[in-house]
Amino acid sequence: MLDDFLARAALAGIGLSLATGPLGCFVVWRRMAYFGDATAHAAILGVALAFGFGISVYAGTLAMALVMAVLVSRLAARGHAMDTALGVLAHSALAFGLVAASLQPGLRVDLSAYLFGDILAVSRADLAVVWGGALAVAGLIAWRWQALLTATLNEELAMAAGLDPRREQVVLTLALAVVVAVSIKIVGALLIASLLIIPAAAARAGARTPEAMAVLAAALGMLSALGGLGLSLGLDTPAGASIIAVAAGLFALSLAVGRRGA
Amino acid sequence: MTALIEAQGLTVRFGGATVLDRVDIAVTPGEIVTIVGPNGSGKSTLVRALIGLQAPAAGRVARKPGLRIGYVPQRLHIDAGLPLTVRRFLSLPARVSDGAAAEALARCGVAGLEVRQMAGLSGGQFQRVLLARALLARPEILILDEPTQGLDQPGTAAFYRLIEEVRATTGAAVLMVSHDLHVVMSASDRVICLNGHVCCEGAPSVVSAAPEYRALFGLGTRGAFALYRHEHDHDHDHDHGHGHDHAHPHQLAAEAEDAR
Repeated sequence: MLDDFLARAALAGIGLSLATGPLGCFVVWRRMAYFGDATAHAAILGVALAFGFGISVYAGTLAMALVMAVLVSRLAARGHAMDTALGVLAHSALAFGLVAASLQPGLRVDLSAYLFGDILAVSRADLAVVWGGALAVAGLIAWRWQALLTATLNEELAMAAGLDPRREQVVLTLALAVVVAVSIKIVGALLIASLLIIPAAAARAGARTPEAMAVLAAALGMLSALGGLGLSLGLDTPAGASIIAVAAGLFALSLAVGRRGA
Repeated sequence: MTALIEAQGLTVRFGGATVLDRVDIAVTPGEIVTIVGPNGSGKSTLVRALIGLQAPAAGRVARKPGLRIGYVPQRLHIDAGLPLTVRRFLSLPARVSDGAAAEALARCGVAGLEVRQMAGLSGGQFQRVLLARALLARPEILILDEPTQGLDQPGTAAFYRLIEEVRATTGAAVLMVSHDLHVVMSASDRVICLNGHVCCEGAPSVVSAAPEYRALFGLGTRGAFALYRHEHDHDHDHDHGHGHDHAHPHQLAAEAEDAR
């Protein structure tokens, strides 16, 4: 089954959704959408550096995503307006990444695969990385679930209960960096954040508890991946963008369902 | 008795401004201590420093090792994107059984709200659910930061009655911040009047008569003293379980109006 590129693509999308569903919920609840964007855009710089130093693309993007996440947290802690800090960092990282990539002749051709992803080119090794990373992130979030949720609800409440909100922030930062690193080949740097946010936002209307929303977000992510692949196959459209388009369609549907329910 | 929580010479600065200046405070088991003070007097900062949310610039804060704190924050904003039933909320940070959750809600006078969304509660219900959650940690001390903000006067009086009941049944100490002067005095064993530093402190009758307190809050606060006397005319040692109404809210509200 793994010999079929379409099966590999579907499995990659399903595996990734296991992580992006629950993580995306936290991105929505904590209003970290821009944070996700900044981390993802930094990944392009990671790709360029990985090629430059001849290391694995996964290692390069993971390292850059982590550096960016730490940088953003620091800036925010210093009292800079968050959206300004993120706007500066996200777009600078993307710009530097594009500049650095252009200095390497071999990478110029490849770059669009990392900007927009190419889920249909996922190899068996990529598949192993995606599932490994996604399961690690899902496991990490499941393990820290109660503490993450309490810290997300109210930092003071968490601290009064003896939890350290900064540690939970680190957990999410780490999870985000891993997700960015493993998904850059699938949906690309420009669309990773949307894979986090859109299924989670769509899941909101149908959920009464945080757990239900996380599970629903993962399910909607899988549905988007499969639907997007179908769309891509039928209309010969780019797979990554098609996946996000289907997710957006599901979100629009959820608005209608939510309105009827209310 | 050894203090549950204690600060000595606690000084907190924000930038160049000294918000708290050498504050000494201690709460011992089972007592109800209320911090009153005008806006900007450092009440919330003091509470945050006692819990450990705010690092002191000088002085020290000591908490009994392993102290179980039940905290009711001043405001709890729940993001519209976060679906949360009352039942689920009660299971944060530690999961509790359905039975314990139902009992805590009943004790706080909001039985049966489990399936409701937190975002859909009224102000009074919301505060009571916050209190119920704090009680589930079996706290040795309850810390409440202006818990009756946004409640009307009968709602506020009822909430403070509930706090007294909780202290009576669980033996937890209570530290609260308030500017509901008229009602809060009655519920407290000790009042600390704060304005960057501790202006005066002691039994409610002592504090409301103190010149420092009068200077901060004006003469209108004589009404608070009247209320205090009114409620405490009752014998306090008897059993609370006989439906005896302690603090007739309508009468209280009327007297508070008279006092102005």
